[in-house]
Amino acid sequence: MRFIFDRNTWQEIFGSISKNKVRTIITVVGVLWGIFIYIALSGAAKGMDNGFESMFERIAKNSMFVWAQNTSMPYEGFKTGRPMQLKIGDASMIENRIPEVEFIAPRNVRGFFGSTPPSIGRNNKVGSYPLFGDYPTFTKIAPKKIYDGGRFINDEDISQARKVAVIGERTEKELFDKDEETIGGYIKIDDVFFQVVGIHKFDQSGGFGGDGDIFIPFTTFKKLYNTGEEVGWFSIAAYDDVDVVEVEKNIINLLKNIHQVHPDDDRAFGSFNLGEQFNKIVGFANGITFLSLIVGIATILAGVIGIGNILLISVKERTKELGVRRALGATPAEVRNQIILESVFLTVIAGVMGIILGALTLSMINSFTQDIDFPYTNPTVPIPYVLGALAIMVVLGTLIGLIPAQRAVSIKPIDALREE
Amino acid sequence: MIEIKELHKSYKMGANSLHVLKGLNFSIKEGELVAIMGSSGSGKSTLLNILGMLDEADTGDYTLDGVPIKNLNETKAAKYRNKFLGFIFQSFNLINYKSAMENVALPLYYQKVPRKQREEKALKYLTQVGLKEWAEHLPNELSGGQKQRVAIARAMAAEPKVLLADEPTGALDSKTSYEVMDLIQNINDQGNTILVVTHEEDIAQMCKRIVHLKDGVIVEDKKVEQVRAAQYVQ
Repeated sequence: MRFIFDRNTWQEIFGSISKNKVRTIITVVGVLWGIFIYIALSGAAKGMDNGFESMFERIAKNSMFVWAQNTSMPYEGFKTGRPMQLKIGDASMIENRIPEVEFIAPRNVRGFFGSTPPSIGRNNKVGSYPLFGDYPTFTKIAPKKIYDGGRFINDEDISQARKVAVIGERTEKELFDKDEETIGGYIKIDDVFFQVVGIHKFDQSGGFGGDGDIFIPFTTFKKLYNTGEEVGWFSIAAYDDVDVVEVEKNIINLLKNIHQVHPDDDRAFGSFNLGEQFNKIVGFANGITFLSLIVGIATILAGVIGIGNILLISVKERTKELGVRRALGATPAEVRNQIILESVFLTVIAGVMGIILGALTLSMINSFTQDIDFPYTNPTVPIPYVLGALAIMVVLGTLIGLIPAQRAVSIKPIDALREE
Repeated sequence: MIEIKELHKSYKMGANSLHVLKGLNFSIKEGELVAIMGSSGSGKSTLLNILGMLDEADTGDYTLDGVPIKNLNETKAAKYRNKFLGFIFQSFNLINYKSAMENVALPLYYQKVPRKQREEKALKYLTQVGLKEWAEHLPNELSGGQKQRVAIARAMAAEPKVLLADEPTGALDSKTSYEVMDLIQNINDQGNTILVVTHEEDIAQMCKRIVHLKDGVIVEDKKVEQVRAAQYVQ
């Protein structure tokens, strides 16, 4: 082992490596490429993972939607095919009976899911945008970015059924002139004037909704369209640590109970579970991470085998040199160690360069994707992965170096010297 | 210095065995300059390889400076070679990516001599062969004669008991050959024991003793009046 820390050894190895530049460069490129691919791939996978994570961060991961459909089974004297209708009272029932539910937001809409869009106008301009009746809790489930100075619907709006609206970016652009102050301005919704109190920023990664959506207080919506106790659907968020699939089932069962639906009727209420989708995507991201790990390691392996191959050729090339060294008094162990150390040294140098290059590439991709909408955030490779890759390289470099080293030793100095 | 008794060596070639050395006996004292002559196939290279511990005899005794050379493994052989012997080859066998000085210093590296001392010593021997100014040059920047002089400096650097030269002038023209022989004679004058394998009569005449090998036996072993190479060198 002392031999490894001997300055002379390294001078000898450095000499032989630096004097065979082409061979060294070719050898290094193989492993460099391998580790580069490994770092870049696993970093990119991690970045994508982070990207998905931050994308879903903006909507509650444990959220779901529940809506009413038609029954498919007769029950307690009701015929099959009875249309279901969610009521505002269902919300408090769900909140009281199912403690896993953190937020519940009843919602109504016009101009979405096939209903006729309201006519939205201002001065001479007219457009049609989806109109939602909402409670303030909705932003707890699907946060909305509101531009400076504006706000979302608040409790006062609800209790007084104020005629206020939060409009989308596109709506603002289409209905208001550039120099006009939007907030505080008025728009006409189906012939009723509403004051604009906020503009929400469109966020594609938010998943649902568009840049033209208009939100008004649920109570105002009720008055405007005479919807009474009716609710279009519920947006529900469960606590983070509960099983959403289970909660979803409980909510549906409770609704069946309230609305006198056969317990086995799966058609009466529809639901969509974001948490489940999220888990699928997380699984997908994990799959990519795993795949990149496999590909990366395989590429490193190929690179190291390349080093072994080139060293083997170089041993053949250097037969005479090694023979001379043996004649001058190099012991077989010294020759073997030199070859192995050359192999390990090249591998590690290549590895470190690959890691640096990979890291640079990752940070470059990161800065390019900073401003565009792409699920890619903070691509990093965990330190244990990097150290692990280095360790693998040292071990493989040693093992692969053994082959040419053994070859070098097995050549008798007399034969080596005779070779012309 | 060198004692050889009943040395036999044969090579197996398939079913046949080729008896190359058939019981050699001779001894070389310190300070001798011996030429081993013979046509190709006479066994002179085999003898030199055995003396150089690059090959091992089948039977017989070989004693070098009082040390019996027997049952050597590669590691031990390497250590003895490093300690006792200096090699000079027909094709010089310099390491082409090392400078003249680095080549000369190489045996010292395997003797674990620290770098500073290695370089001092290498420079000293390069000066002795007249190549001090060429210390930083690579072998391919040197002429054949210069290469052989570097090789001689390298063989000397380890301060061995015996210098073994295998056709040292075989790849050189006669003028350069005489320069190299002049150098070898000078080294011998300083008291070093040198063995030269050659098939050139004039080179052999520049040694002090000629051992003639033919078909694996010594046919002649005579002392000669040494011809000084210096008279041919301007």
